[in-house]
Amino acid sequence: MVSETDIKQYVAQILSEMAASGSLAQPGPGRPATGPAPGGDEGVWPDILEEDLSLEINVPNPHNPEALRAIKKATPARIGVWRAGNRYLTKTLLRFRADHAVAMDAVFTDVSDEWVAGNKLPKFKTKCENKDVYLTRPDLGRRFDPEEAAKIKALVGSQNKVVVFIADGLSTTAVTANAMDTLKSMTAGLAASGIKTSPPFFVQYGRVGSEDSVSEITGAEVVVCLIGERPGLVTSESMSAYCCYKAYLDIPEAKRTVVSNIHRGGTPSVEAGSYLADLVRMMLEKKASGLDLKL
Amino acid sequence: MILKTKLAGQVYAFKNLTDVMAKANDEKSGDVLLDRAAKTVTERTAAKIVLSRVTLADIYENPLLAPEKDEVSRVLKEDLSQGIYAKIKSWTVGELRDWLLKNETRGEDIVRVSRGIEAEAAAAVTKLMTAMDLVTAASKISVPTTCATTIGLPGTLSYRNQPNHPADDLEGIKASLCEGLSYGSGDAVLGVNPVEDTVDNTLAIMNMLHDFMDKWELPTQNCVLAHVTTQMKAVEKGARVCCLFQSLAGTQPANDGFGVTAAILDEAYDCIHRFGTAPGPNLLYFETGQGSEQSIDADCGVDLMTLEARCYGLARKYRPFMLNNVSGFIGPETLYDGRQIIRASLEDHFMGKLLGIPMGMAPCYTNHTKINQDDQEMATMLLAMAGANYFMGVPVGDDVMLAYQDTSFHDDAGLRELLGRTPAPEFFAWMRKLDLMDERGRLTARAGDASIFY
Repeated sequence: MVSETDIKQYVAQILSEMAASGSLAQPGPGRPATGPAPGGDEGVWPDILEEDLSLEINVPNPHNPEALRAIKKATPARIGVWRAGNRYLTKTLLRFRADHAVAMDAVFTDVSDEWVAGNKLPKFKTKCENKDVYLTRPDLGRRFDPEEAAKIKALVGSQNKVVVFIADGLSTTAVTANAMDTLKSMTAGLAASGIKTSPPFFVQYGRVGSEDSVSEITGAEVVVCLIGERPGLVTSESMSAYCCYKAYLDIPEAKRTVVSNIHRGGTPSVEAGSYLADLVRMMLEKKASGLDLKL
Repeated sequence: MILKTKLAGQVYAFKNLTDVMAKANDEKSGDVLLDRAAKTVTERTAAKIVLSRVTLADIYENPLLAPEKDEVSRVLKEDLSQGIYAKIKSWTVGELRDWLLKNETRGEDIVRVSRGIEAEAAAAVTKLMTAMDLVTAASKISVPTTCATTIGLPGTLSYRNQPNHPADDLEGIKASLCEGLSYGSGDAVLGVNPVEDTVDNTLAIMNMLHDFMDKWELPTQNCVLAHVTTQMKAVEKGARVCCLFQSLAGTQPANDGFGVTAAILDEAYDCIHRFGTAPGPNLLYFETGQGSEQSIDADCGVDLMTLEARCYGLARKYRPFMLNNVSGFIGPETLYDGRQIIRASLEDHFMGKLLGIPMGMAPCYTNHTKINQDDQEMATMLLAMAGANYFMGVPVGDDVMLAYQDTSFHDDAGLRELLGRTPAPEFFAWMRKLDLMDERGRLTARAGDASIFY
């Protein structure tokens, strides 16, 4: 059995490797690194998404300025924004549009082939032909054509108890920002306990339920799907990990264990990966997941 | 009942009324997903032609879901006014449409026949109508209701102040509440969606809102949108609240999924009638939306719009204070884009009004749907023209708890001014007293500053 300290050491090691290779600092698509460069960058407007809304008060001559500052801290809601007649001030409208733009692009942009190839991930596709079909046909996003299924089976083999893969889900940004770090940290944690994982792969147009098909195809004991969540206006980078013991198509949702809110403002990816390693180990031990797994 | 027609040289035959109703629908991705939509535009038109010739009696006598098997169907049947129905049952659906739109048919006339129109008949006539038909007919109908105050009166436009917070923090809720009130949002209800559906949390939010109303002598009603059984327990523990909330669906299995039955709704009405702080008689608040049954695999083979009408048929038995429609909340697998969401919202508003429901509208959107702010604002303006009783008020339209976009405090003030509407009378007087509105209901220079309440 591996102690917690050992896992922490592995995580630290991976972190330093990633820092050395520069992979920690890479921005995801939809969030170009156009923030104010150190020392200023003439001729470029700073990124309005970097502005801290909790500090922004636009009400001219408020009745009680101190109270207004205090209530801004009490909620992330967009208050104290003031108005142009009955409409938003330009700055309020543009920030709203920018947040929505990033959210929509996270959904509607495909994960690039460069990213998939760059991370040496074999790529498979569900029965969805394109994003449009994916969004309107949840049933097809859970299933694979026989040829794809055969390829997945060939890649994974029959020796792997734990199958891990990445699906785009509803946010490309979430996947590119978090998936590889989570994956590396998790597989390292499992390797430290002597648990081998399948070669990771990428599933395009995958719903959470695609892990049920993957499980049936590969006969895995535990399947883990890292998937982009539906973006909100606050962040588009939120990823979740859905873990399931001996999953099958149309398994009740209560049988899944979910680690959600994986992003830099929530649970950071490396930390999530090490937690997932513990979780998978426990699932193998207790032969259960979801509500059946008493944590 | 003839379910076949020739059109453009071809015969279109439909299996049954369920099939005609589904295929007569304007395009919705949810109906396509379940493979019940028309395959071509001509087939859709043929279905509309067939449906226009079906009588109200045909619809009543051929319920889409058998009353013996489905509780919603049972309520629809038992709650119908047989006396009024007997007078109109020979009308065809096409004749009903013409009658609704005729200049001679006034709002009062429609209200008078409303209880004789069955929910599925309301859905049928709506399938024959265009956007301007839906706005025209709905704009004739007023459905005012009274909880602690009265909303829905002609010339007024009201709002639910929706000050949600991602951690149910009471100070955070109050912050958004005050921001909204300073824009005139909150005369329909102060309504919070809690994150945590527990009795103590629900009670704490209910009482915080009621204390605020008492302190500021604010004439409105409060509500916390936890599950209805949680709210009842909070009331038993002494929570002070004006109305109780519940989401409804159009089939019994979907309501089972929501944990609600007619018996629970009866109990809820009894509870708030006896222990609530408002005189009523309208004391319940419902929420519905096209696609909710489908999202939990409980549509029972019926198209999404007809299921929505069935929700209103169920709701009217309880004479709700308000019902708000959130078509657009689920996502592109039920309503694909802005066009489908605008159409669905206009349909729902009209069907509800026709059935005597005090309709509030939340033309809203999620970030994985092909809709933008323009689509949402167009839907809102059309619905306001159609005479919706109320809309939501969310800070800059960004609900930080439910993670979707809805109408904003700014939209609230803007729509009133565009259409020359004022808030509900008591609330309007309160806004005048605080010098936040002028005599025509326009915001004063002081409006938009939440800190006046601190």
